[in-house]
Amino acid sequence: MKTRSNLERVLEARHFAVTGELGPPPSADPEVIGSKAKFLKGNVDAFNVTDGQTAVVRMASWAAALLGKEEGLEPIVQMTCRDRNRIALQMDVLGIAALGINNMLCLTGDHQKFGNHPTAKGVYDVDSIQLVKMVRDMRDEKKFQSGDDMSVEPCLFIGAAANPFADPFEFRVTRLAKKVAAGADFIQTQIIYNVDKFAEWMKDVREKGLHEKVKILAGVAPIKSMGAARYMKTRVPGMDVPDSVLERLQGVPKEQVSREGIKLCVDIIEQVRQIEGVAGIHLMAIEWEEVVPEIIAAAGLLPRPGVSA
Amino acid sequence: MLAVQVKPEEEVVPLISSKKLFVFECLGCREVHYPVEEAAQFLGNLKEEVTGRATLDYLCNREFARAYIDEYADEIEEAQAVLVFSCGVGAQVISSLLEDKLVYTGCDTLYLHGFQGLTAKEFDCDQCGECYLNYTGGICPVALCSKHILNGPCGGSQDGKCEVDPDMTCAWQDIIDRLARRGQLHLLERLGAPKNWSVEPAS
Ligand code: SF4
Ligand code: SF4
Repeated sequence: MKTRSNLERVLEARHFAVTGELGPPPSADPEVIGSKAKFLKGNVDAFNVTDGQTAVVRMASWAAALLGKEEGLEPIVQMTCRDRNRIALQMDVLGIAALGINNMLCLTGDHQKFGNHPTAKGVYDVDSIQLVKMVRDMRDEKKFQSGDDMSVEPCLFIGAAANPFADPFEFRVTRLAKKVAAGADFIQTQIIYNVDKFAEWMKDVREKGLHEKVKILAGVAPIKSMGAARYMKTRVPGMDVPDSVLERLQGVPKEQVSREGIKLCVDIIEQVRQIEGVAGIHLMAIEWEEVVPEIIAAAGLLPRPGVSA
Repeated sequence: MLAVQVKPEEEVVPLISSKKLFVFECLGCREVHYPVEEAAQFLGNLKEEVTGRATLDYLCNREFARAYIDEYADEIEEAQAVLVFSCGVGAQVISSLLEDKLVYTGCDTLYLHGFQGLTAKEFDCDQCGECYLNYTGGICPVALCSKHILNGPCGGSQDGKCEVDPDMTCAWQDIIDRLARRGQLHLLERLGAPKNWSVEPAS
């Protein structure tokens, strides 16, 4: 064990891991975290706290993570390179670890142009891969990026994202290998609706032996409405929503679409679970946290092993 | 007008070693800054066979560069790699005109205060002082990628377009395509270290 992370413990014990996700509010309201956290508690091994997702200003991810931790959950703090240079990133890494948070997910970040402050200056001093390496060197070498030494290292279980559906497809596994070489301990993938394409990607991952070096959590998410499905299909960069998914949702009466979306999510969990090398799932029910208990139960993933209390 | 300095030999020589070379040298910005002596010394120390050498002004002008490429077609054909001494724009122009050739730059382009003069506008160089073109197929990730990342593409690249704007090509897709044509895809495994954003400007 490299860290005190509950997620690491679950994965090392070769349980099929479950992570969830919680989006901090665009306000200073701490209650929102508590009310969302209650749906995750007992159902996930750890939960991601997004960091200014889609470049919209929200409560800082470390602060929301701490609120969630107080509710008895294990946070994974997401950290993007969009808003912080290497100085700010390393300061946050130290702070997060000092607060007793055990996991961090390193991302490049959605471009500021997408959000509610499109005229902001993007930072991108380092990219996600360089960030993974920086955190790894801080933890394992006790060194800052500058090469300076530190006395107490941040013991973080280090995650990174992978998108099996972004182009160019052939290169996606190379990029994953690069993240693993840089020091990623676990990977959470983009939301999967095209299971065949994901399976193909996993085949390449196994051929390179990467599933033995890094824990891969397959990204899944329930679809709430036809509108949401169409939006993801056409407007979200790097998403692959096959026509068969739209047809399945269209095939039920309008008031049952969200039910069908939940069933579809459970089906996808069952399918990805069969794929060799998949170590768990990452369930992203953003702004729909109340369905998490039902999905995890229906997928037969309860009770969670040794969930941190 | 752009200012350059010659890269350290140990950075460039391993890339070109035991390859027959054709050399381009651009003197278009000589009045501003061109390290004539350092470039001559670099070339003098090379053990590689040189099939030909073109010295010209304004390599950044694509039509101009094309005319020279035509004139030296045989020597370029015979060479296994092309080494360019110019700013990042000139190196990108040559790389784009010789897509199937291994094209390397021997220079870093330095930031220059004040009036920049005229350079080609199809290609851009941020004068970052640490030129990456040798690892990116001659396409600049610093100036052309919306997040100027050195380990691209990011997860938003789709259908060859950048996530930021569907009318913008993803620089990293272009880089991968170019490297594939040149049989250099292995360069994508190279971990680009955090960049030095504060290379001293030219004085
Ligand atoms: S990497 Fe790009 S910005 Fe930097 S010197 Fe080369 S061409 Fe110019
Ligand atoms: S899509 Fe391509 S050009 Fe745009 S930010 Fe990502 S890697 Fe850079």
